[in-house]
Formats: sequence, structure tokens, C-alpha cells
Amino acid sequence: MFINKSALLVALGIALAGCGKSETASNPAAASPDELVIKIGAAAPLTGPQAHIGKDNENGTRMAIDDANARGVTIGGKKARFELLSEDDQTDPKTATIVAQKLVDAKVNGVIGHLNSGTTIPASAIYFKNGIPQISPSATAVRYTAQGYKTAFRVMTNDAQQGKALGEFAAKVLGAKQIAVIDDRTAYGQGLADEFVKSAEANGAKIIVREYTTDKAVDFTAVLTSIKGKQPDLLFFGGMDPQGVPMIKQLRALGIKTQFMMGDGGYTPKLIELAGDAAEGAYASLPGVPLDNMPSGRDFAKRYEERFHQPIQLYAPYCYDAVNVMIAAMQKAGSAEPEKYLPEIGKTEIEGVTAKIAFDEKGDIKGGAVTVYQVHQGKWHAVQTMGGTPAVKP
Amino acid sequence: MEILLQQIVNGLVQGSVYALVALGYTMVYGILGLINFAHGEVVMIGAMIALTVLQTLLAAAVAPVLAVVLSLLAAMAVCMALGYSIERIAYRPLRNAPRLAPLITAIGVSIVLQNLAMMIWGREYHSFPLPFNSTSHQLGGAIVNDVQIAIVAVALLIMSALMWLVQRTRMGRAMRAVAENPAAAALMGVDINRVISATFMLGSALAAIAGFMVSANYGIVHYYMGFMLGLKAFTAAVLGGIGNLRGAMLGGVLLGLIESLGAGYIGDLTGGFLGSNYQDVFAFLVLIAVLILRPSGLLGEKLAERA
Repeated sequence: MFINKSALLVALGIALAGCGKSETASNPAAASPDELVIKIGAAAPLTGPQAHIGKDNENGTRMAIDDANARGVTIGGKKARFELLSEDDQTDPKTATIVAQKLVDAKVNGVIGHLNSGTTIPASAIYFKNGIPQISPSATAVRYTAQGYKTAFRVMTNDAQQGKALGEFAAKVLGAKQIAVIDDRTAYGQGLADEFVKSAEANGAKIIVREYTTDKAVDFTAVLTSIKGKQPDLLFFGGMDPQGVPMIKQLRALGIKTQFMMGDGGYTPKLIELAGDAAEGAYASLPGVPLDNMPSGRDFAKRYEERFHQPIQLYAPYCYDAVNVMIAAMQKAGSAEPEKYLPEIGKTEIEGVTAKIAFDEKGDIKGGAVTVYQVHQGKWHAVQTMGGTPAVKP
Repeated sequence: MEILLQQIVNGLVQGSVYALVALGYTMVYGILGLINFAHGEVVMIGAMIALTVLQTLLAAAVAPVLAVVLSLLAAMAVCMALGYSIERIAYRPLRNAPRLAPLITAIGVSIVLQNLAMMIWGREYHSFPLPFNSTSHQLGGAIVNDVQIAIVAVALLIMSALMWLVQRTRMGRAMRAVAENPAAAALMGVDINRVISATFMLGSALAAIAGFMVSANYGIVHYYMGFMLGLKAFTAAVLGGIGNLRGAMLGGVLLGLIESLGAGYIGDLTGGFLGSNYQDVFAFLVLIAVLILRPSGLLGEKLAERA
């Protein structure tokens, strides 16, 4: 009896809370018929080991949406108001599909996400089935755009382009002959490592160790000790910084002097902050040209730091660009209806913060550049930009 | 040879941490017959408290040694209070409930603690500020640093102290009595609730020390760090014989060695077919093997009486 009563109260409470919520959400839209409410979905890990990078993505997306609302965008003669629907995919492929369905059910007009390739790929099938345009700011696995989904785009250089540049850099510029490779077995880490191996071998290097780990591991002493015995010139790790940090610390603690290299998952301020001296000399890459070299890169970084009181972690500017591509396509189509503006995305060209953004027929960014960075005295410094066309100067 | 020695050193360091955490599982199991799945999270909270106190003290320019000792004591104090509260709130009301109930609340507590930590300390990785340089030493070809030596030494010290406490003190005798037969112990005048609370607090204090040591070793702290560590330590406790203190220590060290050697050599042994990503798998293979072949663990006694 008691339980029933309290359960009833709880249910009543939930129902009331629900009513209140939906009222506030729908009222403004109903109040002004000239206003067009456009829902932008965003999906990234907001919990778990990569949550700091996911939050950074959300911040980038939010900034683009707030900017658009502030400057006042009109679409098809109507004043547009953008809303952010942010979801946590927990870096988990299964959760990503649930989140994707949730966004579809919420009738989002487009999705910025997901962060990881492992979540982006399964989710992309759901967006495709429902005709929702999706622009990933950071999923770099080749397979994402190779599936033939006309809803899938990305504003970042893919792993084939990035891995190729890194392999070339390792073998030619650094002169590494014997290379050890570890990856975290995610769609991203494995894909990047595979492309790196192909390119390094094509440039004359030999892969002497190919090892694997997971995206949750923090203890690598066993595998690093085993690698120590083989004395490689370079260790390449395909993965994200939560694993990169302990890996490089343990590498140096074990007295292994080999060079260390990662892809874009390692290019974070956090890597240097957490790994300290051990990070000195490490290499990492980031698709695109350095933020400092972009026309509006510094300004963006400054505004971001003022707004969120922390430095950009990784992909926030790419999220910002992704939203703006979407908005530009909506303006061109004069509609925010997915089926109406989707065909325009592929044809849209904008001067983004990260680069000039235009897509090829698969949805990949045209002529993406890759820049290799090195840690020197506690800071990332651009070493070399490879391939692609750098952002156009104003 | 050098490599083998290094792998053994790696395994011993890792194993010492497992052993300390495993003691918490095993003490609670020995007395209550309950797996406290929130124990890994207590380790994490210990690490987080130590992190905050250490940061604050170092910022206030307190002497490094004092800062380390104080942060460790603060972590232990908070974890003891936490261990006491967990038992009082989540387990005591369910002490006579079917066995599944406390298991579920244990997982619930674990999730609550994880999310609480996420809200307090944020989602990102924190750097653990060790105020002194940890110098590396050559040990017959293997490299070991000060932190790692301290980990093994502290673990040994604490385990001996715990053995002494359980075997030689009044409280230890009460604990053993409750483990043997709670009803009979109560009839003999033992305050069961007090003994159980003390056990939880003791295990949690050990967890705080383990949290501090893991953080100092890896240099990073994260709200998610307790989960896998807890599972591994639980495995170590089962391997050694859950409920048996010596077993927890043996199981911890063995598991560390198995992981280290397994992950280090599996790639070479299988010609690259299996990789070191199976490091975590070894722990669970061991768990399964023990449960099938010797459910009572290496040093454990028969479990049937309490089931």
C-alpha cells in the first residue's frame, strides 16, 4: 500500500515535470509563427575516459549555434532559431545507435557527430535510413564515407590521408627503419595504424612489432618491455590521449629512448600536461593546417577560451565548421527540412575556421591537409604540413 | 634475460597494488559473505581525495614529505568514513535479505560513487602531482623507480601489519570469530555491527593507500579508474581463495605476474596472432579457470558452509 502510494506520487511528479518541460519548449515556437526552430543534434562521449574531448566537441557545436543565433540567420525568409540537442554516446557503438535513434525521434534537422569512428559508423546507418544529414567533426576511419550513405559527411581529413602522411613522415623525414606499432583496436586506432603501416612500408621502413591494446587500458609496461627487447627506432600508437599519456610515461620510465608518434588522438594540451617531461619530443598529427596559421584560428581559440575557460582540447573548431556548413546549406536550400537541404551540403563551400571546406562525391573533405607536430619545451610546435591545400588567406 | 627480469618487476609492482585492493574484498567476504563491488570505487575516491589535498598543500608551499603524508592520511580518513557509510546505508539493511540483493546495491553504490566523482572532479584525467622526482635504478638489467620500490615496500609493510592485527589483537580475534559464526560470536558478547563496521573501515583505508600508490605510479587520476582495478583485485582475491587474507596477497602478486608475463610474451609465442591487448583477458581467464578447477582458490577453504 505504502509503496503504491509513493510510486504514484513519483509518477505524478514525473508527469508534471514532463508537462512543464514540453510547455516551455513548444511555447515560444508557437508564439511566433515566423520563427523557424531548427534542432541540431550533437553526439559525443560526455562520460567515460574520453569525456573531456567529447565535452570539447559539444562546446564547439554550441558556440557555432550561439553565434548563428546572435547574428540572426534567415532561412527561406523566416528567422531561424537554432537549438542544441546534445547526447552522450559513451564512446560505445551500441549506445551510439540508441542515441542516434533518440535524435531521429526528436526530429533533429541535422547531426554533428559522432566523435569516434567506432560510434560514427554504426550511427550513420540510422541517420541514413531516416534521411538525416550527418557531419562528423572528427571520425577519421575510411569506412565511414565509403559506405555509400548520401547523408554522411566529414570536415576532417580521413585516416587514409592522415596515416599516409604520418608513415611518410616517419620513414622519410625521421628516417625510422625499424618501427613498432601499437593500436587500441578501435575503428579509429586500428584504421589509422593500418594506413600508417602501409605508408611506412611503402617508404622503406620495416614494421618489426605489431601490438594491440584497448581504449580502457592504462598499464602498458608488459608490452613496452617486450618492445624494448626489439629496439625499434620509432613507436607509433594509434589511439587517444588517455592511453597515450601512460604509454609515453611508462616508455620513458622503462628507459626506452625510441621516438614516439601518435595521430590526432594524441594532439592535445592534456597529453603534455599529464605526461610532463616524458612527452618531450613526441610527435602527433592533426588534419588540417595549424590553428595559428588559419586566418581566423587565433581569434576562434581566444573566443573559445573566454567562453569556456579552458583551452581547446581537439576538435571544437571542426564542430564549429560542421555546424556552419550545415547552416550554409540550409540557407542555400531555403529550408531546414533534411530532404530539401541535404543535396546542398555536398555543393556547399565555406571558409571555415579549420580550412576551406568543400566535399568530394563521397562526403570527404576535398584536399585535406595533415600537419605533424612535436612537443618541444612543453608545447606543441608544428613541424611540417603535408598534402592538401591550406586554408585560403583572406 | 633482462626483458624477463623487467617483466617480473612490472608484475610485482602491479601485483602489490592488486594485493592491497584484494584484501578489502577478501576481508568483507570473510566476515559477511558479501562481494563489495563498490570497493574499486573506494580506491578511486581515495586517489581523488589524495589528489585534491596534495594539490592544495603543494600550492600552499607545505613541505613535500608532509604534504604526501597528510594527503595520504586525509584519503584514508575519508575512505574510512565512506566505507562505514556504505556498509551502514547499503548493506546493513539487507543483511538478512537474499544474496542477490546486497550484490545489486553494491553495483548501485559503485555507479553512484563513480558519478559523484565525475560531478566533483570532472570528467577529465588529472595529473597526480608527486612532489619529488622518482629516480630510476638499474636492478640487474631491469629498471625500477622509487615509486615502484615504495609500492612494493608499503604493500609488504601493510600486509604484515594486517596479519598481525588479525592474528594478535582483540579486534582481530573478534573479526575471526564473526567470520567463523556470527550468531555464536554474538552470543559470546561480540558486537557484530562494530566488528563489521571496523572491517569495512579497515579495508577502505587500505583501498585509499592503494589508490594513492596507483596514482603515483601512473601519474594520472580519473573517476573511472576504480572499475577495472576493482574487477582485477576481485579476481586476485578469488584466485588466492576469497575470505583468506594470505590468499589475497598471493593472488594479487600472482595475478600481476601472470598479466605481465602473459601480455609480454603472448605476441611472440603466437607469432603475433594474439597480442598484448589480451592483458585484461588473462585476469578473467584466470578467474574462470579458478572457478572451474578450484572454486575455493589456492589457499581458500570450502565455501559450502556459508552458502
